[in-house]
Amino acid sequence: MSRVPLPYNPKVLDLFRHPKNLGPMEDATVTAVAGNPACGDMITFYLKINEQEIIEKASFESYGCAANIATSSIVTEIIKGMSLEAAWKDVTWKKVTEAVGGLPTVKFHCGVLAVGALKRAIRKYYQNKGSSPIWLPQELTFEEKQALEEEELAKMLAKRLKLEAEK
Amino acid sequence: MVCLVENVRELLKAHEGITHEVYLDNENSSMVPKEVVDAMLPYYTQRAYGNPTLTHKPGWEAFEIIMESSQKIARFLGSKILEEINFTPGETEANNLALMGSAFTNKNRGKKIVISEIEPINVLHVTDLLQKFGFTTTKIPVDREGFLNLEKLKEAVDKETILVSVSTVNNEIGTIQPVKEALDIVKDKNPEVIFHTDASDAYGRIPLNVQDLKVDLATVSSYKILGPRGIGALYAREGVNVDKILEGQIGTQRLWPGVENTPLIVGFAKASELAFQDFEANVNHMRRLRDKLVDGIFEELSDVKLNGPKGDKRAPDNANISFLRCEGEALTIELSLKGVYVSSGSACSRRLLQPSHVLVAIGRKFSEAHGSILMKTTRYHTEEDITYVLEVLPNAVNRIRGIVGSTGVD
Repeated sequence: MSRVPLPYNPKVLDLFRHPKNLGPMEDATVTAVAGNPACGDMITFYLKINEQEIIEKASFESYGCAANIATSSIVTEIIKGMSLEAAWKDVTWKKVTEAVGGLPTVKFHCGVLAVGALKRAIRKYYQNKGSSPIWLPQELTFEEKQALEEEELAKMLAKRLKLEAEK
Repeated sequence: MVCLVENVRELLKAHEGITHEVYLDNENSSMVPKEVVDAMLPYYTQRAYGNPTLTHKPGWEAFEIIMESSQKIARFLGSKILEEINFTPGETEANNLALMGSAFTNKNRGKKIVISEIEPINVLHVTDLLQKFGFTTTKIPVDREGFLNLEKLKEAVDKETILVSVSTVNNEIGTIQPVKEALDIVKDKNPEVIFHTDASDAYGRIPLNVQDLKVDLATVSSYKILGPRGIGALYAREGVNVDKILEGQIGTQRLWPGVENTPLIVGFAKASELAFQDFEANVNHMRRLRDKLVDGIFEELSDVKLNGPKGDKRAPDNANISFLRCEGEALTIELSLKGVYVSSGSACSRRLLQPSHVLVAIGRKFSEAHGSILMKTTRYHTEEDITYVLEVLPNAVNRIRGIVGSTGVD
């Protein structure tokens, strides 16, 4: 049973109780998922992007703890009205963590995953479009790598358990 | 740290205005009834505050009450010999003593330890530690309800085996193990094996008699029967070859050195008395309320699973339920804000992403373990308490499921 003490700050608690921009978006331009239910940590972002490549609106769904919900919620607020370039460059996991008033150390990965999901959405937008701006690096960013690592870890654990069960 | 305390104060402030509180996290700690505290208080302030090994009145008073308390707990466990009770600072210490004490004392006979794969952390981690001293551990699998595979147990025990440890009742899913059968199988293959059982979740909840079971060592814990925290005991059958694991001033307890904590021992004995007087009525009360809770949840919500067995092979106080499409840690917070206090098998607070090993061992998917909630009823809960939980819980689950949406459906 989980027993790490988690003294969430009032901002996280408020976002947990009253999340902003919650739920799927029917007219989303792009949707991206990060994490895995096996990790108990998964986010979906829905972004509506206009022709000037400005994020008109953003929403989320979160399968995760209070920190996961709070960081996802705050990302949708931060990026609204931002250009994709600005969202890519300015929204880092550290900024997100600051924006929710800080997180317990064991919860840092929630902010990382939220930004990983955002970056995936932006990458996916350009993939769908079939073009890539100069500022978009080929190599995965830290947050995207972390999201990938978490997903791989989940797969690995699931595989290991399956093997053990078969023994 | 100051900042963290501020955060906690804010979290507590968010609970203001709660009209009803129901504490169901009796796995992890418990309230202590006033009558237990009242029984303890004079031993802090008025009498028996001396060291029970010393030659003066307050010391002899302490000696007398510690022996009386040992006698009571020995009797409730089915032992006639009070010296078989060794008070320790809790279940963790008693299990450490049982495992390390047995291993180190018997290392010349062999290096093999056998446990079930759903033993509590304070057994699992001790066997990990013992590996560093050359001991090996075989973990016996369990079935989908948590019952030990007796065939595998039989295969695992041999002449090199020195210790077998199997909980009487699993602390997370309430499975009542066939301890007697397991012990017979073990002793049949190797009569020298020391058989330990963590009986912390059995004591006061199911009939338990260490003499009938013929176990060599048994752990019991005070807070799990609503006694004070910080005290437990290891029953060690007379003549069993186990030595202490800590060194210090020799006191009245053969297997645990240091100055005895007389008021806590008194509280443990008082809590035992309360649990065992009207034992049947107490147990029936827990079971009735537990059933009402579980049945109510299944009526109100879809996509829920009971973890562990049903019927008389399940401890009467234990309810462990997985809410699919719902993350457990988020649910514990949501419920706390409504005055219902529970714990979860979710891994959300750990970077290692490992949920409850017990739920994984019985074949639950990770996502099912993450959405699990553990609740334990006591004789102090009322019908109104459970009615209140059933009012609050479906809304809480539905709100968290609303945040999850279609994300996290695997």
